Amino acid sequence: MASTYSTSDFRRGLRIELDGEPYIIVESEFMKPGKGQGIYRIKCKNLLRERVIDKTYRSGDKIAAADVQETSVDYSYKTGTDYVFMDMETFEQHEVLNATVGDAANYLLEGMKVMVVFWNGQVISIEPPRHVDLVVEYCEPGARGNTATSVQKPAKVETGLEVNVPGFINIGDVVKVDSRTGDYVERVSKA
Amino acid sequence: MLEVETPLLGRGLVVDAHIDPIVCTVGSVDEAQRYLLPSPEAPMKRLLAAGSGPIFQIAKAFRQGETGRLHQPEFTMLEWYRPGLDYRELMDEVGTLMQALLGIETWVKRTHTSIFQDILGVDPQTATANELADIARIAGVTFSADAGPADRDAWLDVVFATCVEPRLDPTVPTFIHDFPASQAALATLSGEDPPVAQRFELIYGGMELCNGYRELLDAPAHAQRFDAENARREAMHKPRITPDAALIAAIDHGLPPCAGVAVGFDRVVMLACGAATIDDVVAFSA
Repeated sequence: MASTYSTSDFRRGLRIELDGEPYIIVESEFMKPGKGQGIYRIKCKNLLRERVIDKTYRSGDKIAAADVQETSVDYSYKTGTDYVFMDMETFEQHEVLNATVGDAANYLLEGMKVMVVFWNGQVISIEPPRHVDLVVEYCEPGARGNTATSVQKPAKVETGLEVNVPGFINIGDVVKVDSRTGDYVERVSKA
Repeated sequence: MLEVETPLLGRGLVVDAHIDPIVCTVGSVDEAQRYLLPSPEAPMKRLLAAGSGPIFQIAKAFRQGETGRLHQPEFTMLEWYRPGLDYRELMDEVGTLMQALLGIETWVKRTHTSIFQDILGVDPQTATANELADIARIAGVTFSADAGPADRDAWLDVVFATCVEPRLDPTVPTFIHDFPASQAALATLSGEDPPVAQRFELIYGGMELCNGYRELLDAPAHAQRFDAENARREAMHKPRITPDAALIAAIDHGLPPCAGVAVGFDRVVMLACGAATIDDVVAFSA
């Protein structure tokens, strides 16, 4: 991997290092006056603290690349302070602090394949799959025949997460949830 | 007006500090290097010097590292030259063309200085690098510690692109003319104090649509400007560009007094069909 990028490498998803912290570019705009120097304006998200900032660069500027790697691992189990993941190729175990796992814990099921993201060799985040299928453990019963999706009710799923679901969902149903937003997507199967 | 077609490959170029050419080779010997032309300006001026009279062409142009919502490394230019026409009259000719292509009714003309003064309250001819940097910072243009522009001229570009252009009414076709002398390219300089570059741009729909000049006729001045641009390139650690010797020879032979303009054709097509990006108006993105 390149240790520096040039402005012409800028694109969404590129990981760069600013002020000693890793960022991912979420938006990049190239502006150029007819007879002047080109300017790149980017929005980038801090990978440690979810903060989005704006930066401006002149065409040809060099920016440090962030040494960010991703590996696919299986979620094994939870201890009091850590979540434990297993690399199924090397059988290496990664113990990740609860605080680092954060909201991703709402989508972790034993045996699930997730991405573990390293920066300079340290785990900085866990990325569950975009969509996760979860069993509904509790919700109020739906009104009979009510299939309208506009009426929503809270449901508690097997990981403890509360999801707003349509009225026709019952206890024991499996629902697909978007792990980035926590939104209900669809019913996968009926109880 | 005569339609012409000129080569896309050249041995030398009009040297510009901020336009990076795509370099290619046509053989294995040292003299095999060619440039894909960033504009048809040089060969068209050679035709003018040879006595072509008024000419136009729709040509492909190539620029390294220019990719974005309004930029493609390969794009289409409509360029024309009118011997005997003043650059202010050429603005009206561009306006008339846009009337036919885009249905615009009127256009306004404002000097670069008056636009800076009205929008930002500073005179671009005298504002210092620090004043311009403050304007940019207040507008939320923040550079990383080591990446800010060093000189006044670079700050003028930054402020123009980020604080002036976005504030122009996108529904009003606006010609900006008479730029600071440092941004003359190959336009003549006026006799005023301080001199201004006799150059114009049309801004419409939030985009820069054209660049026109009262064309420089003096061969030694061409060579001097090419040297100065190469010096700026070297200061930015960019490779030198071989100046187009055939162009300088043609200018030395005699270019008729004329005005010329290059229109970003893809952007006009974007406006004509309401497209949001240049990718939407080319068959395949380069």
